[in-house]
Amino acid sequence: MISHVRTIWLTFLHLFTKKVTIEYPEEKVKLHPRWRGRIVLTKDPDGGERCVGCYLCAAACPVDCIALQATEDENGRRYPEFFRINFSRCIFCGFCEEACPTYAIQLIPDFEMGEYNRQNLVFEKEDLLINSEGKYPGYNFYKVAGINAGVKGKGEGEQEEAPVDIHSLLP
Amino acid sequence: MTVMQHIWIVLGVLFVLLNIAAGLIWVERRMLALWQDRLGPNRAGPFGILIVLADTLKLFFKEDWIPPFADKWIFITAPAIVVGTVLLSFVIIPFAPNIVVADLNIGLLFFLAMSSLAVYSIVLGGWASNNKYALLGGMRGASQMIAYEVFMGLSLMGVVMLTGSFKLSDIVAAQKDMWFCIKQPVGLVVFFIAGIAETHRLPFDIPESESELVAGYHSEYSGMKFGMFFIGEYLGITLISAMTTTIFFGGWLGPFLPPWLWFFIKTFAFIMFFILLRASLPRPRYDQLMEYGWKLLLPLVLLNLLITGAIALWIRG
Ligand code: SF4
Ligand code: SF4
Repeated sequence: MISHVRTIWLTFLHLFTKKVTIEYPEEKVKLHPRWRGRIVLTKDPDGGERCVGCYLCAAACPVDCIALQATEDENGRRYPEFFRINFSRCIFCGFCEEACPTYAIQLIPDFEMGEYNRQNLVFEKEDLLINSEGKYPGYNFYKVAGINAGVKGKGEGEQEEAPVDIHSLLP
Repeated sequence: MTVMQHIWIVLGVLFVLLNIAAGLIWVERRMLALWQDRLGPNRAGPFGILIVLADTLKLFFKEDWIPPFADKWIFITAPAIVVGTVLLSFVIIPFAPNIVVADLNIGLLFFLAMSSLAVYSIVLGGWASNNKYALLGGMRGASQMIAYEVFMGLSLMGVVMLTGSFKLSDIVAAQKDMWFCIKQPVGLVVFFIAGIAETHRLPFDIPESESELVAGYHSEYSGMKFGMFFIGEYLGITLISAMTTTIFFGGWLGPFLPPWLWFFIKTFAFIMFFILLRASLPRPRYDQLMEYGWKLLLPLVLLNLLITGAIALWIRG
């Protein structure tokens, strides 16, 4: 009985405590830097597209909402011809970001993407591509990769040795 | 009083009551939210008061479905019974010295009779739904009401002994010097507990208990029929609060302010307490509720009756 009265009294005191409600449209929710929201495609420090069209994100996506087609430019640099994410299916699991070998695809802290028309939730490459390096500044895949795609020649990378002269390997 | 005055009082009381019952939708949600550290509905209109309108509109536009397996006519009448009986109980409540619909000399008995009739709504609703959850809810409702009705009546008898009348205006007048909540504390506590059980509000919402019985006796109801049960519940809260005010807290008596305002303030305080109870206490198990009623409250109230009677006799010499 006493404990009941005490419970009632303590509940009553909650009238005067600070409320936890965040009145959303006026007051924004605090999102953390690694919050998984809207997906973007980032660029490397030199302004080139990071995505190399390896399809790993599309393969990792559990709901199959990524579609892309890889192609090559005249230097042999691979990039996606189109890149399409259907956000009405995406579950924001972040698997695509984990799978990506080039830090191209990233999830950013933004969830305000409501649309009246479902078709508007299908984002094309021009909607996804942003002019920024996102969460991993200073990284350029083609600077560390062992191929020549117009960024650097073979063997000119920082942690790279010059290619071996295969003729010298003969016995 | 002329006939015209009478009609005005009836219409006025009906208007105020139905508006209070509707307004309680908002009051309850807001207060519950505040007690749970939330803000509650505050978007529609000033302070969110238009949620009442939105909710009513929603109820009206919902599909009013009568299950094909239900007992149709009983199913339809059941929700009307609860609202009807509770509204009838308000007939005897004196809101202010002259504002009362019918100051019956058996007022208290009339109130007890009407609040017992309200149980028919639950039993019939549960029965007519032809659904096992609804039936269980109806059965629980019946036994709970019978149990708590017994000592709800008995808890008021102490007051009747001290006043010597069943008439509510006499009971209020007898509290000029001292409210009955001081002379009859046990009666007050027991009456209030029985009142909670009578209105089957949390923590005694055993007939509904949505975590065990879906929604109990009104599982099958939708649309405005469900709305009637809803309104009946809020009217029930108002009724018990008004009765507590009248019988134990001096009704309209109070300094400075006009009598009807005093009555309103006191009643509202009890309505708030009802909501606070809902926010703070968990629901007991069904057998615990019955045990509590028969084994603790009934002996207590009988003892109270005995002692009150003895003292009343002793004072009269
Ligand atoms: S976040 Fe998950 S669901 Fe969304 S595109 Fe990436 S892998 Fe697919
Ligand atoms: S976004 Fe990343 S994982 Fe997806 S295709 Fe481009 S490089 Fe590969």
